[in-house]
Parts: sequence; structure tokens; C-alpha cells
Amino acid sequence: MRLSLRIWRQPGPSAPGRFERFELDDLSPTLTLLEALDVLNQRLITKGATPVAFESDCREGICGACGVVIAGHPHGPQARRATCEVRLADLVDIDGNIDGAGANDTSRSPRPPEITLEPFRAGAFPVLRDLVVDRSALDRVIQAGGYVSVRTGNAPEANAIPIGKATAERALDAAACIGCGACVAACPNASAALFVGAKVSHLAALPQGRVERATRARSLVAAADQEGFGACTSIGECHAACPKGISLRVISELNREVLRPREDGERGAA
Amino acid sequence: MSTSAAMAERLARLGEPEPARSLGAEPARETTPRTLDARLPSGPIASAWAARQREFQLSTRARRRESHVVVVGSGLAGASAAASLSELGHRVTCLCFQDSPRRAHSVAAQGGINAAKNYQNDGDSADRLFYDTLKGGDYRSREANVYRLAQLSVDIIDQCVAQGVPFAREYAGYLANRSFGGALVSRTFYARGITGQQLLLGAYQALSKEAAQGGLRLLARREMLDLIVHGDRVRGVIARNLATGELETYLADAVVLATGGYANVFQLSTNAQGSNATAVVRAFQRGAAFANPAFVQFHPTCLPPTGDYQSKLLLMSEALRNDGRIWVPSRAGDARAPADIPESERDYYLERLYPRYGNLAPRDMASRAAKARCDEGLGVGPSGRGVYLDLRDAARREGHAKLEERYGNLFEMYRRAAGSDPLEQPMIIFPAAHYSMGGLWVDYDLMSSLPGLFVIGEANFSDHGANRLGASALLQGLADGYFIAPPSVSSYLASNVLPPVSPTSSGVRDALEQVARRSERLLAVRGRRSALDFHVELGQLLWHGCGLSRNAADLERTSRAIRELRHEFWQDVRVPGQGSELNQELERAGRVADFLLLGELMCRDALARNESAGCHHRVEHQTPDGEGQRDDASYAHVAAWFHAGDDEAPRFAREPLEFRHATPAQRSYR
Repeated sequence: MRLSLRIWRQPGPSAPGRFERFELDDLSPTLTLLEALDVLNQRLITKGATPVAFESDCREGICGACGVVIAGHPHGPQARRATCEVRLADLVDIDGNIDGAGANDTSRSPRPPEITLEPFRAGAFPVLRDLVVDRSALDRVIQAGGYVSVRTGNAPEANAIPIGKATAERALDAAACIGCGACVAACPNASAALFVGAKVSHLAALPQGRVERATRARSLVAAADQEGFGACTSIGECHAACPKGISLRVISELNREVLRPREDGERGAA
Repeated sequence: MSTSAAMAERLARLGEPEPARSLGAEPARETTPRTLDARLPSGPIASAWAARQREFQLSTRARRRESHVVVVGSGLAGASAAASLSELGHRVTCLCFQDSPRRAHSVAAQGGINAAKNYQNDGDSADRLFYDTLKGGDYRSREANVYRLAQLSVDIIDQCVAQGVPFAREYAGYLANRSFGGALVSRTFYARGITGQQLLLGAYQALSKEAAQGGLRLLARREMLDLIVHGDRVRGVIARNLATGELETYLADAVVLATGGYANVFQLSTNAQGSNATAVVRAFQRGAAFANPAFVQFHPTCLPPTGDYQSKLLLMSEALRNDGRIWVPSRAGDARAPADIPESERDYYLERLYPRYGNLAPRDMASRAAKARCDEGLGVGPSGRGVYLDLRDAARREGHAKLEERYGNLFEMYRRAAGSDPLEQPMIIFPAAHYSMGGLWVDYDLMSSLPGLFVIGEANFSDHGANRLGASALLQGLADGYFIAPPSVSSYLASNVLPPVSPTSSGVRDALEQVARRSERLLAVRGRRSALDFHVELGQLLWHGCGLSRNAADLERTSRAIRELRHEFWQDVRVPGQGSELNQELERAGRVADFLLLGELMCRDALARNESAGCHHRVEHQTPDGEGQRDDASYAHVAAWFHAGDDEAPRFAREPLEFRHATPAQRSYR
């Protein structure tokens, strides 16, 4: 198949960016979008041109390194996919129509279907080059308290505290966040509420995480504010873009955790 | 010319071995190879680790604050070691090449982590996990290390639960288990099919805690490109800031490499795109011994290769072998849909060959058996390189919902990648390069042959011998990182008074210059072929010459072909851009250059090991029914190689393996 890619090019953090158009032919629809970018880069390199910078590592949707706004959607128009899991066949149907990007019938036109690729855009995610952004703000938010303060060697026997199956599953649903930042890129306010909520909800669900729960929720929210993430106004785009389908429930839980009065023995209790 | 045509042409040209440059001969020519001392504790194996801990030197917290440790890598091993060393009071700098420590490839481990908790009361114990691991590794690992691994396994589960890792639970609230290959007990702890991610997040959170509260500095987008050796000790690293291209010097009192494995030498593997061998190859070039480089595991349950430009082989957790039955049609060329092939015309070959373990035979055996079926023309799928993994019977027995709960995210991944539903159609799987048992040689305290350089996790040659059991990689990474490296490194720092190193000393200047010169050389070639193109050809050479089965003639030919390819690389690679910027092609080219060196070393090691052991299957050495045959009289040792120059034969050394607790036997899973 043939494909036209309209890609954001930006040589460095402070350099101005622009779109550049590339045409590729002879692509197998079984390729992933990132493999198509690999093909494009191979051609650019052998021509002596500058390849397109983009990030990816595991290429199986778990490490969270990849993240491209594909046809206007972070990680592409289909639900529950990371960018690396998007196949060309998912984007362009056999007639050459671009899926999810409006019914633009390009099958009879001489130009191949065109897909626009942009970096995740948010004030807290400065562009480093082309499609690569700096998401270290998310690490700093976790450093504000997204952990249980247990030292190595302090642990009691694992079966000492039984945890209900449903509770463990609920904690895991939230803990499945891959930290890709798509929730931020999808949010009109560039809010990190889904990301923060996922961590707070994961740890608050478990007895091990409860002791520090109140301090944790407030510090994480304060850190996210300080990093320049916006406020949550319950739009829900974050959930739609999340490759792991993290539920909006975690945002309600975050709000509840922030407002919850501290209990005896809790960190920060009066 | 396509890459595979280039490879075929190269091999045809190198068809005849050159006796004068015969590569296998060196170890034999050296009459008395150097012996490496693992510095094992004395006394009974069950108390060896306790005995060593008593010997470890302690120091005051005030003194610990004065010492600085650089940990390279932030996966399970690196993050847990960095966090635990920081908790001890040492100043720690943790470098990772990704944009965040949470992306390290440990994240992709799916199925689980072994621990001898015996929660199922099915006869498990540290002793049994030890024995299973040693036997699974085909008796090519160090008894004392394996025993310690088994003992520490129980503490790891406790530690992870305390951190809030949401392991799978039974309805009563207690931890759940499942079974993995090479074991008859159920000792694998798991969190759906994302166990690696959950354990990594536990270690990442410990790391984040220390970055916030302790003396730990976390630096992402840093790739270690050289070691600083001062006197005879390792005293720091040179790293490239991948965002800016700047070279940075990190001086230290000890360096811990936790940089993962090198299965990506095969280009197509289950590893992440960025997984690379640069740190371990640089340490090798700086004098650290490299042990058993030929020991690379092929994982039996991966998606088959589909064609050009594919960037990785997707892995499906071995956990599926709990419920999936592996088969091929009995008759070659049977083009019927799998559902139309009656039971009597299916060959459940693992159940036939290994009735006791069946579909849970160890990975090396399951992989070889799959390849053997495909070589006989019985393979399925469009390329004929595939076998069925069939969940039909389990689905009938337990229902779709149960299986969906157990393997939901694996099914989802498979549906997305293969476009078919594992609950309707059998999955099609094929072996892929997955894990390196080989790595930098370390002693019992995890110190390499270079004083001050510690190596942990998959980067060391480790505890897995010639084949790793499923769910033991996470185990080893965390045992090394939480429990072994911290007291060991701390003791090294307590017992050695190290003079300060000046940033302008010769060791630092030399390393900086070498790194800068190497980048300049890569950029200056301005040749015709991309680094990826060279990597693809290297991978194909190794797959054919040093893959699932090996023979002397092919190894020799492959080794020479790889050396030739390496010389071509330095004359014809094209690396665009500059060194002083974010330059992903420069990163890739540097990594491919190191893979080329390592590929040759793998062939050399495979040629020198004239026996079959675990993953290392030499067709010259097999039983009449095709199982590998060890030669304990000649090869019950760790093969360790010392660098002598990129174009010189490496010097061979050995660490003899003594078996006092278990008696090596022909592995039987029948």
C-alpha cells in the first residue's frame, strides 16, 4: 500500500517546528505504524537526509516509551492501543480511507491517504526533537510520594495480611498505568489527573499503602500543579486515549483521597 | 541486493574453512588456561550466604555517606540495587538510557516470578527450587549461587508485597500461584500477564522514594559509553547525555552494571528496541572477563517472523503452556484448518516426547522440538515456521471466562498482533531469541574480574547455567538488586580505602577521548548502508550459524563472516547528523558496532564448547533420540574470555564447576 505521512519536524527544543510530508509505497498493511517510520528512516538515512526522531522501546505496548498523536488522537483513533501497537491496517482501510479521521474517500484520487503525526503536546512536555518530548515531569510527580516508604529488608511475611481478590484486582487495574502521558496529551487542560489518580488509587486500595495515603494524595496533586499540568474538568478524553483503559474512577478516588480527613496513626495526622 | 541475499553470498564465499585461522583452536593451544576464583564461602551450602554476610565489612553511616556508587541501568536489578544502596546511606547516581527508569525492559516480563514459598503445600522448598534451577540450567551454573537465589526468593515476595505490588490473590485473600516450565510444583507468583511491569514499578517507586528522601540522583537519557579505570580499579563511567549529545563524567568509588542482556544481537528478538550490549562489551574491552557468551535462550512461545521491516518478535507468556497444548499436524503439507484436523492426526509432540512434563518441558527443549518439527516440514502458518498452541481443551474444561481472567491481556495482545482469537483458533507460535544466560563473569559477591565493577541481573553470567527456567529472570534481578549487591558493594567500600580521582587524571582523559573518537569515527564514515541494515545481516548470520542448533563448520564460517561484516561496517556505515545533538542513529550505530564484536565472541565460545548443554546444542553431541549430550569430564566449567584486541583472539580462562550438593545427570523430563 501507499501512504503519505505528514510529520512534525523540529530540530531542537527552542527551534521552530513545521510539518513535512513524506510518501511511502510498497508497504505491507501488517506493518505497525512505527515499522513504517523505520522504513521511512532507512530511506532517509541512505539518501543522506535526517531521519525522523521518535521514541519506542518494547514495541508491545507495556513500556510507555512511544507516544505520537496520530490523526489527531494520542496513540491513534482506536481505543486501548499504544502507538507501537497501531498497525497500518488499523489506520487505513483497504480502499485507502483513513479510519477514524473522517470519511475522506481518497481511493480514486491520485494522492495516497495521508496521516498526520505530531508529538504529544502539553506545556509540561517540552518537545526535544520531532516527535520526542520530555515527560520527566511524570517521574517528579511520583517522587513526591507515589510509593510506600518501606526499606529493603523491612517486609513481613507476604501472606500475613490477606487482601481480598477483588481489592487486589482493583489495585492492579489502576497500577496497570504505563506512564506514557497520553492522558495529558488528550486533555484540553493538559491535566495529569488520570496519571496521578492511577497511582493514588493503586496504593490507597492496599493495606500497605494506606498509612501514607492522605499525604500522598496531596503531595502528588501539588507536584502536578507545580509541573504545570492543568486542572481536571471531568471531560474524560484521558480515559478515551489511555492505552490501558484506566477508569475515570481513579480521578474520583483521587478527589476523595485529597479531601479525606486523616485518621489516627496516619502520616500527617494531628 | 536484499540483506538475506547479501548474507547468503557472504557465506558461500567463506565456504571453505581456513585452517590457518581456525578459531576453535585457541583454548586447546593454551596448555594451562587461567583459572578464575569465584571466592565461594566455605562450609555447607545452606549456610554459605549467611557465612559470607558475616564476613562482609560494615562501616559507619557517616562513612557510607562519603562513598559514591554509580548504578548503570534502572530495570529490576538496577533500580532495586540503587534504592537499597541509597537506603544504606551511600550516595548513588542511577543512569538509564530511556526517558524514565520505569521503561526498562524488565517491564515486559509477563508470566511471573518463582519463589519457594510452598504456599501450595505441594512439596516445594529452597532445596527443590535450587535443584530445579540447577537441572534446568543443565549443570552449568555455580551451586552456591543457585542455592542463594532459591533461599532469597521468599524474601523477594515479602518485599514486593510490602511495596504494594498487587499480586494475584485467591478468594480467601492469600497469594495465588501457577506453574512454569521445568517444574512440577506451583511456585510462580504473578499479576495477570504484567508481572514484570508491577515488580518494576515497585522497584521504580523505591528508587523514586530515595530520589526524594535519600542521597540518590536519578539521571535519565544517559548511555554509559566507557568505564573509567584508575590504577587497577573501576572508578566511574563516561556517559552520553542522549538529549544533548554531551559527554559526561561520573566518578565513583564503585560501579554497578545492571544493563540487561544481549539477545538483541539477533536483531529480531523479544527484547526492546533499545536493549543493547554496549556497557558489557565496553567493560569486556576494559578487561572484565565475559562468561559463556554462547548461552542465549530462545523462547518457545513467540509470534513467528512475518517479513521484512519487522522490528521485533512478540512474546506470549510461557504461562500459556499451563493450559495450552502444543501440536503440529502429523502429516507434512496438511493444509486443513486446525479445527478440521482430527485428534488422531495431530502430534502433541511435547506430550509424546516428555510425558512427565508435557507442555511444561524447559524452554530449550520446547524450542528445539518446535524447530525440529518445522525443519521436517510439519510447521504451520504462512511461513511454515510455526506450531499450534491450542487452548481448545482448556476452554471446554474451564470456559472462556476463566481463561480470559487468567490471560486476558495476552489474548488482547495476540488478537491485535495476529488478527485471530486464541479462544477460537489455536495460536501460532515459534521460538525467538529472548534472554542471555551468558554475560560478564562475576564472583560469588557479584564483582567482575575488574575490582570495583559489580554486575547484576541479566548483565552478569548469572545463576541460570545453560538454560534459564521461566519466571526466574525477575527472581534473579531482584535477588541481586535488593539482597546481594547492596551488602556486597557496601562491604567492598568499607574494606578499601580509595584515593580520590581527579577529573583530569589520565584514566578519565583516556576514557573521554576514546568515547569522543569513536563517535567521530562513526559519523565520519558516511558510507552507504544504515546501521540497521548491518544489524539485520548480523542477526541472520547468527540465527543460521549460532542459533537453536550449532555445528563446528557453520560456527567457524559464521565467525569469519561476522568479522568481515564488522570491518565493512566501519567502512560503509551511514550515520547522519552530529554528535552534539539528540541523534538516535548515532546511538544505534554504536550499539550495532558492539553487537558485531559480541557476535563473533559468541561463535568462538560456541565453537570452543565441544558439548551440548541446555540452549547450546551442538549437533555433533546428541543422544540417539536427539537430546543434547554434555561432556562433564571436559566442560564442567564456566568459559570466560578476556579481550586482547578487537582483531585478536581473546584469551581463554575457566572457572571449574564443582557439584557437591547435586549430582549432574542427563537431564530427563520424560
